[in-house]
Amino acid sequence: MKHTNEPFVRVVKKTELTGGKLALFSLGALLLAIIAGGLFILSLGQNPFAVYKTIFFGAFRSKMAIQGTIKIAIPLLISALAITLAFKMKFWNIGAEGQIIMGAIFATYFALFHNNLPHFLLIIVMLVAGMVGGGLWGLIPAFFKSKFGTNETLFTLMLNYIALYLIKYFTEGPWRDPSSSGFPKIATFVPNAQLDKLFGVHIGWVIALVLVFVVFIYLRYTKQGYEITVVGESENTARYAGMNVSKIVMRTMFLSGAICGIAGMTQATGAAYTLGESITGGVGFTAIIVAWLARLNPFFSLFFTLFLSALQKGSSVMQSSFGLSTYVSDVLQGIILFVILGMDFFVQYKLIFRGRVNHD
Amino acid sequence: MDRARQNSPAIELRGITKTFESVVANHNINLSLNRGEILALLGENGSGKTTLMNILAGIYKPDCGSIFIDGEPVVIHSPEDANKHGIGMIHQHFKLVDVHTATDNIILGNKGTGLWLKPSRRQRIKELSERYHLHIDPDKKVYNMSVSEKQTVEILKVLYRGADILILDEPTAVLTPQEITKLFEILRHMRDHGCAIIIITHKLGEVMEISDRVTILRKGESVATVNTAETDIHALTELMVGKTVELSIECPERKHKGNLLEIHHLTVSNEEGVDAIQDVSFDLNKGEILGVAGLAGSGQKELCETIAGLIRPREGAILYKNENIVGKSPADIIKIGISMSFIPEDRLGMGLAASLSMVDNMLLKSYHKGRGPILQRKDARVLAESLVERLEIVTPSVETPVRRLSGGNVQKVLLGREIESNPNVLITAYPVRGLDINSSYTIYEAINQQKEKGVGVLFIGEDLDVMLELCDRIMVLCHGRVTGIVNAHETTKEALGLLMTDAANKKEDAE
Repeated sequence: MKHTNEPFVRVVKKTELTGGKLALFSLGALLLAIIAGGLFILSLGQNPFAVYKTIFFGAFRSKMAIQGTIKIAIPLLISALAITLAFKMKFWNIGAEGQIIMGAIFATYFALFHNNLPHFLLIIVMLVAGMVGGGLWGLIPAFFKSKFGTNETLFTLMLNYIALYLIKYFTEGPWRDPSSSGFPKIATFVPNAQLDKLFGVHIGWVIALVLVFVVFIYLRYTKQGYEITVVGESENTARYAGMNVSKIVMRTMFLSGAICGIAGMTQATGAAYTLGESITGGVGFTAIIVAWLARLNPFFSLFFTLFLSALQKGSSVMQSSFGLSTYVSDVLQGIILFVILGMDFFVQYKLIFRGRVNHD
Repeated sequence: MDRARQNSPAIELRGITKTFESVVANHNINLSLNRGEILALLGENGSGKTTLMNILAGIYKPDCGSIFIDGEPVVIHSPEDANKHGIGMIHQHFKLVDVHTATDNIILGNKGTGLWLKPSRRQRIKELSERYHLHIDPDKKVYNMSVSEKQTVEILKVLYRGADILILDEPTAVLTPQEITKLFEILRHMRDHGCAIIIITHKLGEVMEISDRVTILRKGESVATVNTAETDIHALTELMVGKTVELSIECPERKHKGNLLEIHHLTVSNEEGVDAIQDVSFDLNKGEILGVAGLAGSGQKELCETIAGLIRPREGAILYKNENIVGKSPADIIKIGISMSFIPEDRLGMGLAASLSMVDNMLLKSYHKGRGPILQRKDARVLAESLVERLEIVTPSVETPVRRLSGGNVQKVLLGREIESNPNVLITAYPVRGLDINSSYTIYEAINQQKEKGVGVLFIGEDLDVMLELCDRIMVLCHGRVTGIVNAHETTKEALGLLMTDAANKKEDAE
């Protein structure tokens, strides 16, 4: 017997998507996002195909363009991996910005004041300093959460601003470049303190790729990675299993911060050759989107980082060659991201319209 | 209309089907309920009882099928709709506002029209409680009430809204034997006043005692409806399970001597700083099953967690083989062979990680064994596969996340792991919570095997009938105090019931 007043549309939870199906679904979401962006371009009176073509070739047309894209990708990928560690534990670390900055500050100290060390040693020292700086900045909220139950989301967010104003303090105060004739800036690093290049891009890209493998293996095959997963699943279960939850939370957040610190160190010593307020370029927040889209899988993070970096690089080319406003590329990126994230809903739910019988 | 009321059943369900994801919870269910009748809805966990009743209460909508009330086809869109049709549901977990009085809770959501509360509300509550013998103090705050009083308020609440078709979801689960007797009296009285009552349960003894007819659900289908007077427990079990089952639990002779665990004057504060356990002392012997009985929240959880090292007691000592283990880390306590498994109401969340596979869940307490930083999964896989076979766990593979397994199977995974860790002391709380009969017996057997190996088992249970058969001794907790430790073979359910509410001691005090 049929029901007389069934609602027009029902939201129904569906069976979980796994493996291949999920990948296919993500690809579909990407396609839909590109179409949605195309409609926006169309509404500006431009040909979407021509614009997308420019974006694609803008990101990959020349050696220079590719190098540019990769340069954008490096800090984004490293930070996304850092966030992956924390999010796997359901520790909502949105303080990557601050941790990147602290990494950069610690590395900068050695770049400015100990730059007469042998080059190889100096790079290692700066890398370790960056990790310690970022790590400590990640450890602080973890410590307070473990001991006093503070909210990590607010805590990590606030620490971002403290880190940002620390840069301001150093630029205007103790680290001001004496030869800048009063202009508040930190001196450009001497060549000895600059990160080496490989194939025209600073070796941050090698570090990032190595980290993809390291984080993947760490999470999936090590005891510590297992602990992170269990704590993320349920702290009670972890306690019942005899795990020291506070220790695991603090250790993992130190590592997450330390990886962010690496991003800060490579940005300062490889890209900017100095320390300024724009050192992060907002990657700490974009990285959250990357890690989330990748479902905390390091290899998917690599893919989404490349996609977003190409979009960013290509958009800037598109904008100048079509004579569009600076904000057009931002809006376009926003639309694409919004559609991809919005499609996430349909990974878990489906809509059933009136009159359709559910066949599965 | 009145004639229709007399001739047609109060509720009739025809061909009700409800699907969740790919699970068919109800398939083509037929059921009818008359006025002046108590119908027991019997079925194992997962047989679709609660789903069906939620459909009647307007919480779920059926995919297909029809509902007739007094012979009229109706569509129930919402709990308000159900209310309008005179259907009232009393949930297993009470939905009361703790800081309000009984009266305030009863009129909640049913204030009537106009700005002011009508003084007549008290009169109506009084009338209702007199008519149905539901005695409560209308001005008592809910937080001061016992479980049974709260249940009375719940019943009054649905009656106040005009319900004359009552659905009670496992109403006896939280009551002592004495309170159950009282509840049944009330229900019979309501039936004699023309109410139609459905009582959901899986306890066969209660079905026989209270119901006029029984509808049995099995795997989401209504398999039979029988008159209670014409059936017996064995026939009902067969209908419920689908095959003959042996209904006695073994209690093998104790073969081992000496004690394992001595608890001395244990006092434990809970998170709110209230003493959850007060001055508890007992021994657990080798090869013995010591049952712990008590109403929910009498300190069972705190006792388990204290022995497992998760909570530090305020006072007292726990001696394991004459060594005080208070202050040792949970990991060390696991290492010396004390294994604790606590099955919470949602089954997951204490002892299992839902999105991990069975293999990874096997590793939970042993992952740190073996050298080096790399996790060894080989043994865990072998163990998982052998458990699947031995405990008849239904899963697509040992790599499937345990979240996708059904409740009973999840539980077998947890218990299997605890038993396989070869403990010396096995603490198990509610190990058969929500399991079907066959699985429950598999678990009892496994626990008995541990006993025969000389393991000391602390069995925190809910079902007194089972504990009387399975345990050697039973300790009763009431408000965190031990009110008695009795020999299981020389006591009765009623005696335990009195200890559970500490009635025996109170009487002495009064004298």
